[in-house]
Amino acid sequence: MNTKLANKITYQIPVGPIHPALKEPVQFEFEIEGEKIINVDVSLGHVHRSVEWAGTRRNPIQILYLAERICGICSYCHPMAFSLATERAAEIEVPERAQYIRVIHQELERICSHILWAGVAAHEIGFDSVLFLTWQIREKALDLTEYLTGNRVTKGITMIGGVRRDITKDMYPTILEGMKYFKDNFEKIRKIFLDDKTFKLRSQGCGILTKEDALKLCAVGPTTRASGVKKDVRVDQPYFAFGDLDFDYITPDLITGEINGDVYDRIIVRLLEVKESIDLIEQCLDKMPSGDIVSEKKIAKLLSILKKADGEGIGRMEAPRGEVFHYVKLNGNESPHHWKVRAPTYSNILPWIPMLKGNQIADIPIVAASTDPCMSCTNRVAIIDNGKKYQLDKQKLYELSVEKTRRLM
Amino acid sequence: MAKGLPKSFKKSLWVYHCNSGSCNGCDIEIIAALCPRYDVERFGIKLVGSPRHADVLLVTGPVTRQMVEKVKRIYEQMPDPKAVICVGNCGNTGDVFYEAYNLVGPIDNILPVDIYVIGCPPRPENIINGVAKAWVKLETLEAK
Repeated sequence: MNTKLANKITYQIPVGPIHPALKEPVQFEFEIEGEKIINVDVSLGHVHRSVEWAGTRRNPIQILYLAERICGICSYCHPMAFSLATERAAEIEVPERAQYIRVIHQELERICSHILWAGVAAHEIGFDSVLFLTWQIREKALDLTEYLTGNRVTKGITMIGGVRRDITKDMYPTILEGMKYFKDNFEKIRKIFLDDKTFKLRSQGCGILTKEDALKLCAVGPTTRASGVKKDVRVDQPYFAFGDLDFDYITPDLITGEINGDVYDRIIVRLLEVKESIDLIEQCLDKMPSGDIVSEKKIAKLLSILKKADGEGIGRMEAPRGEVFHYVKLNGNESPHHWKVRAPTYSNILPWIPMLKGNQIADIPIVAASTDPCMSCTNRVAIIDNGKKYQLDKQKLYELSVEKTRRLM
Repeated sequence: MAKGLPKSFKKSLWVYHCNSGSCNGCDIEIIAALCPRYDVERFGIKLVGSPRHADVLLVTGPVTRQMVEKVKRIYEQMPDPKAVICVGNCGNTGDVFYEAYNLVGPIDNILPVDIYVIGCPPRPENIINGVAKAWVKLETLEAK
């Protein structure tokens, strides 16, 4: 507790790491004046499982399964971004049919993730019947995922140089039926989220992120698009088959004609993206060429190619929460020399601070949830020396960075 | 349903879910088990917000170093009789993270685990089966 003025007292409220409103371990320290949030501090590191370190001790095909377990909700984009980076490093060509199948799986994951988010957002404002409604619709997306990949959550579909399962003509009716189900239910969800009085009251004008802040703090994905920044890796730097498909940036002014950057706008962006994803899957089914689904079928041969490869590559993808970035350096060994993951929530944590400042305590869950945070993707290491924790300030970080550059040279 | 379960239960079962550093895969399957398709609430199984109200502790994740003390404290806060269910392979054995430097788990190094639910992530049916087995344990304890 510290005093600012004689009659104005602020309180510190710690929330987390284990708290019923948080789905994952993360710790907040709020400075409160009455009901108003004055300052926020976030501390991370509770889900650090040393994934990158473990990756440098395994071969690239084993890493695919490790990358899948960075996050259970983005269990498709992490291994896929890793394989994009590895394909670039080892100069492996991906067959065109595989590119289309990759788009279908990615968009299916986006539908699944956005519907999941809609349910969590409804739960955070105490509207549990909507949680159950959206999760019932989500089960259909999971059924479809299971039909196409064999698994519900971790998909195991990625292979370096392609995908592991084909989508054949006789699968089309089931996929199209699933898309029809989503389209039929879309209107129902749209009506609840955009026209319902409760949602409007809780989400309009709450957790505002201005365009300037979004640019300055490098927010990514739906969070930044809701603030009017046109940023989408699928359009900016098309990968897979996105260059051949017809779609555009989604910003909230498509429906309301104005951009506020509040929670309501983030809901609009995610809803419209679900619709866009349905459309993209249908386009892919129409345009998909015939051919191979993987460039090298024999895994032993693929591993020997990767073992000989010497080079570095990056993989950028638009995950449901924003841009995911993987860097891989291969140097002729069985396991990669270096592997670096930057998940979207890493960029979306700092925008929490301007969003939460000035709001009420009761708005914390919905504002924090509105960026769709994913802690298991994000957590990094904190250095502990002789059991004593020391802070890394800017100067210290700079020194460490210079030291590392010298070491690598 | 598990063997040895009576036709009607004396109490409904309240569950507390603790994430000790999992990848979210098990956590979303736990929520899926509560939602309309599987709907365990019809059996009186319910997620609660405080360990002090819970009969069963569902732990997911491989227990990272930062979470050890917190997981122990949650277990101690629960009233007796209680049962601990470990959901997912990484809590059972370490799974893909087995060699990682930041893990203290598997969970049975830290808490006495009654039921191991395997799968990465386990299907909701499997989680429900695990909870039903915990029920058997609690009912037998009460009968003694």
